[in-house]
Amino acid sequence: MHTLTLYALIILFLPLASFVLQIFFGRLIGPRGVWLSVGAVAITLVLALTMLFSVVLGSPMEHYPELVWFSLGDFSLTLGFQLDNIAVVMLVIVALISGLVHLYSVEYMRGDVRYTRFFGYLGIFTFAMNGIVLAHSLLMMYVFWELVGLSSYLLIGHWFEKDSAADASKKAFLANRVGDIGMFIGIMLLWSVTGSFTFQGLYELVDVEGGNMFAGQMGLLSVAGVLVFMGAVGKSAQFPLHVWLPDAMEGPTPVSALIHAATMVAAGVYLTVRLFPILTPDALLFVASVGALTAVLGALIAISQTDIKRVLAYSTISQLGYMIMAVGMGAQQAAFFHLGTHAMFKGLLFLCSGSVIHALHHALEHTGDHETDPQDMRNMGGLRKRMPITYATMLIGALAISGVPLFSGFLSKDAILAGTLAFAQHHHQWWAILFPVAGFGAAAITAFYMFRLIFMTFHGKPAKAQVNRQVHEPSLVMTAPLMTLAALSFALFFTLPGINPLHAEGWFTKIIPQAENLTGYPELGVEHLEHGFHQAHSQAVRLSVGVAGSGILLAIAFYLLGWLDPKAWTQKLQRIGLYQLSRSKFYFDEIYDALLYRPFLWLTAKIAWLDWDLWDQRFIDGLGRGTVKVSDVSGWLDYHLLDQYVVDGLGRVVSWMGAVGRKVQTGRVQNYVLWALVGGILIVIVAANF
Amino acid sequence: MDSLESYLFIGLVLFCFGLYAVMTRRNGVAVLMGIELILNAANLNLVAFNRFGGLSEQLPGQVFALMVIVMAACEAAVALAIIINLYKTFQTIHIDEAREMRG
Repeated sequence: MHTLTLYALIILFLPLASFVLQIFFGRLIGPRGVWLSVGAVAITLVLALTMLFSVVLGSPMEHYPELVWFSLGDFSLTLGFQLDNIAVVMLVIVALISGLVHLYSVEYMRGDVRYTRFFGYLGIFTFAMNGIVLAHSLLMMYVFWELVGLSSYLLIGHWFEKDSAADASKKAFLANRVGDIGMFIGIMLLWSVTGSFTFQGLYELVDVEGGNMFAGQMGLLSVAGVLVFMGAVGKSAQFPLHVWLPDAMEGPTPVSALIHAATMVAAGVYLTVRLFPILTPDALLFVASVGALTAVLGALIAISQTDIKRVLAYSTISQLGYMIMAVGMGAQQAAFFHLGTHAMFKGLLFLCSGSVIHALHHALEHTGDHETDPQDMRNMGGLRKRMPITYATMLIGALAISGVPLFSGFLSKDAILAGTLAFAQHHHQWWAILFPVAGFGAAAITAFYMFRLIFMTFHGKPAKAQVNRQVHEPSLVMTAPLMTLAALSFALFFTLPGINPLHAEGWFTKIIPQAENLTGYPELGVEHLEHGFHQAHSQAVRLSVGVAGSGILLAIAFYLLGWLDPKAWTQKLQRIGLYQLSRSKFYFDEIYDALLYRPFLWLTAKIAWLDWDLWDQRFIDGLGRGTVKVSDVSGWLDYHLLDQYVVDGLGRVVSWMGAVGRKVQTGRVQNYVLWALVGGILIVIVAANF
Repeated sequence: MDSLESYLFIGLVLFCFGLYAVMTRRNGVAVLMGIELILNAANLNLVAFNRFGGLSEQLPGQVFALMVIVMAACEAAVALAIIINLYKTFQTIHIDEAREMRG
């Protein structure tokens, strides 16, 4: 076996081994056993980093081992890995975030009822995500796709004693299923035309410059692309299936960090990045529109949320919209870059929020307060002095996500924004300008609500002074992941050996080149696309620094210095109805409730009536009752006629004949002699006469 | 009177007496006696047919009669044993008392 195949197998299956260990032997080994899980993920991180270093040092990864799973006639299904540069980078991201989340959870989840099981679930989540990253075919990816769905269900519902958590896990699972059905139809559509599931096979068979099997029916390819993208809409929480992600905050905070940074939602973007070469211009436009809409929508909702985790959840939706939009614009490299940088600072932000919640939760318990919600930012404030490490690291995360120079978010966001500008310049229609507007608008709002979060949580006067005194920084097990991720949120780590903080050129852009779209987008090829990005770059830098700065300044004016009164402005916006829209998340849950759930429940009630009342009660049971009636009659006939008269009658006849016959048997020998004599005489008479 | 018919007539009378005894007597020994009479009626017939049937040189009738006498002796022995057992079981030798076989 090739060494790389072995590495990939170990990376894939070690987290699964951790899952099996924790699920079956977790209670046996005890709480200390979770360090085994941490170690397992650490090993995968080491292996992934080994591969990454060899790639960065100049040997591109192109290793596609596969084995035949089964063959049916001409058709054979293969299992295999697609070990290329993108996969290696993604493996490192997954292993790093997962490892840090494991480490963080050791402290955060301490004392939980299902402590070891939680680590088992983290293991299978990581396993499933690694499977998606390594899968060489859409079908294999789909298998792990569903495993991610399952493990997210298990983790979001970890505290299933709470109804809200149980509901949230179901909602996440069902919303994902909607997307997955589309994805499966799309996979089958691609297969029915090309006969291939593998990415390599599809790239070959769809290439317009080679033998494109969709020639003459590009519309069908668009439909297939959009359908497969449906899977990403579900997993990456894009409009209109984004509703599950905020509710998924019911899971433990480390799970949120894992879902938002590296595993679940990243899977959708990863799929779209993989799919980019075969998405037609029409499909790409659809993808871009969904992404842009999601980016703006998520950002707008995040402004008015007061739950610290929900703000971050909507910011994730918004940032994922960015990535999806970037793929749709053709800036696939920028999208993947943002996926990587976002993983670091979003993982960081979530772990920081977890640290705050953890500290506040314990402080509230200490003061005997069980009413106050430790996740509500209105109950925080003034935590800066109490939790300096958390404050500093979260500030770095906020700066990164807002797109401030020197931080990684600036580079990736800038690349995406340059992509939107290039797109608008390339397309001369009026609507093309909407994409950069959406991009820059969402960037400004992002900066605003992130600093709103920082100021409301860490600055100002504490909402409850006596609780605030009890708050203290968690132990090193929890702060070490924060510091690691904070360090990785600096631009430097993504641009080495380059040190220009305004330019993304470095190892990342070197090993992840801009992929070529094989369906003829744009018309002039990948060089044209890159040229456009390059042209738009300096413009984008100025604009994005401008919007990020204005967003931050606005937040400072509102929440730090108090020049503007948030309450007054809220009332002003309330008067024209905008505040309610954002606060109630654009009524998505209510609309779905009215348009989908309730009609659906009504329909199921009606169908249940048909099935139970009509079919079961009347027809099936009626059939039973009829059978009982018929068998009653038949039983009466059987007993009273057949049994009593025919069968018993036969017996009675035989018995009567016996009673008659027995009279001959007197037992007197002399009688017998007499009969013998009579017989003899008769014989003589007969013999004499005939 | 030296004719076949007169012998046969005496044999018939003897047989009838024997049969009457067998069918009417209650005493087992008397029944046995009746049986002896029947056997001897048969013997008389055998000897008579031997004399008048044209087979006198070979004497098959006499030989057969001797055989019957021997057999009658054996039968008497067995029958007496049965009667003794009958007496042991029922404390009587009246054969109409033994009606266990009545249907």
